[in-house]
Amino acid sequence: MNGIHDMGGMTCFGPIEREENEPVFRADWERRIFALNLGKRGGFGPADMARHRHERSNPGFYINALYYERWLASVEMALKEFGVASDEEIASGEATTPWTPPGPPPNAAAIEKRVRRGSPATRDTGRQYPRFDVGDHVRARNINPSGHTRLPRYIRGHVGTVTRLHGTHVFPDTNAHSKGENPQPLYNVRFDATELWGSEALSCDRLYIDLWEDYLEPAGRQDAKDY
Amino acid sequence: MSEQSRRTFIGGLAAGSAASVGCHAAEEEAHDHHNAASSPYLERRRSPAETAALDERVRKLENLMIQKGLVSKEGLEKIIDIYENDLGPMNGAQVVARAWVDSDYKTRLLDDATAAIGELGFGGIQGEHMVVVENTPSVHNVVVCTLCSCYPWPVLGLPPNWYKSAAYRSRVVIDPRGVIREFGLELDDSVEVRVWDSSAEIRYLVLPERPERTDELNEEQLAELVTRDAMIGVLKIPERSA
Repeated sequence: MNGIHDMGGMTCFGPIEREENEPVFRADWERRIFALNLGKRGGFGPADMARHRHERSNPGFYINALYYERWLASVEMALKEFGVASDEEIASGEATTPWTPPGPPPNAAAIEKRVRRGSPATRDTGRQYPRFDVGDHVRARNINPSGHTRLPRYIRGHVGTVTRLHGTHVFPDTNAHSKGENPQPLYNVRFDATELWGSEALSCDRLYIDLWEDYLEPAGRQDAKDY
Repeated sequence: MSEQSRRTFIGGLAAGSAASVGCHAAEEEAHDHHNAASSPYLERRRSPAETAALDERVRKLENLMIQKGLVSKEGLEKIIDIYENDLGPMNGAQVVARAWVDSDYKTRLLDDATAAIGELGFGGIQGEHMVVVENTPSVHNVVVCTLCSCYPWPVLGLPPNWYKSAAYRSRVVIDPRGVIREFGLELDDSVEVRVWDSSAEIRYLVLPERPERTDELNEEQLAELVTRDAMIGVLKIPERSA
């Protein structure tokens, strides 16, 4: 979706506010909501779906909320959308309707394992043979899906050069919507700053971004010495 | 690692080089907005009453999620312990220092960062697919996630608020030199700036340049010089005084 989260290239947000010796969490509730989100049992969909929950929030809220206020809203939204808790239960903090989890919640050992192992996005299924190679010119397709996408607006329609093949990765645009992982080649693509921002950008500057094959169409091949 | 020692890795003063000439007339216009009035959209701290309300709301949610069997107290405490104490820029600093002293390691790091970082015991959530990009006298790399807040947790910990802010996410792709200058680093116009937008599950770590006058330092001492901001790429590692 063309949401407020897709902010690359906007210049209206003023200076970058920094804090010396910033703690990991600025308040106890930030610490708690971070842990609640990461420590909850499975069954609430992949990270792509969680990201889309943030994107679907009210744009005024999104832009004005503290970072972890968005996480709080996202966890509450997940509980409601997966039918685990009602608005009333969330407001009161007391469970009044039955919901039987399929097993015990993650304990400390399970958390340790989850954090240290991670959850790779690569797959040995799906499209294993990349359509593009390093050095190929590609154009980012001009798509404007109503759902989740990781193709930012500032890239769409522009021509870049493939610099790296990352292997076969889960495709967020379908995965966020329970429409399958649709694993496909993921590429790193380099764009000239002048291609993205016009002739006033510096000709020596570049933007590198990871793009799935379904985001790309061929745009010829450049001289191999250029990459 | 103590909070104090964790913090020493995060700090790092501006390492602005000697004045260099702006390479482009348009560039000066491009960063006029640095002097713009504070935006109404900037993240702000909450009042004590608002913080108390958020505390209460999260407390209720935690209670509910425990009752529903979604989380365990010990699981939650484990997460907080890991992210407040185990993971942070001190891990990335070890990776950088190793690359500075061991050229074979550096080769492996630039070739397969996930495996090379794993050699030092770091990996897991938000570090499953790592790529390390090297700064040189002629190339400066800087990392962002314009769409959300993607960041290499195992080697840098959780991101600072500025990294997640609308101001940084929006502007570093269109005006990287202006943003970097705002952090205190003036890049010469001969330097190629490479911005990495973390749009997929690949996570980027910048390998900063080793400062001058560090020949006598061992790996551990070198690691102490490495700052978080240099590994994101908004600064260089401060030069040591002669």
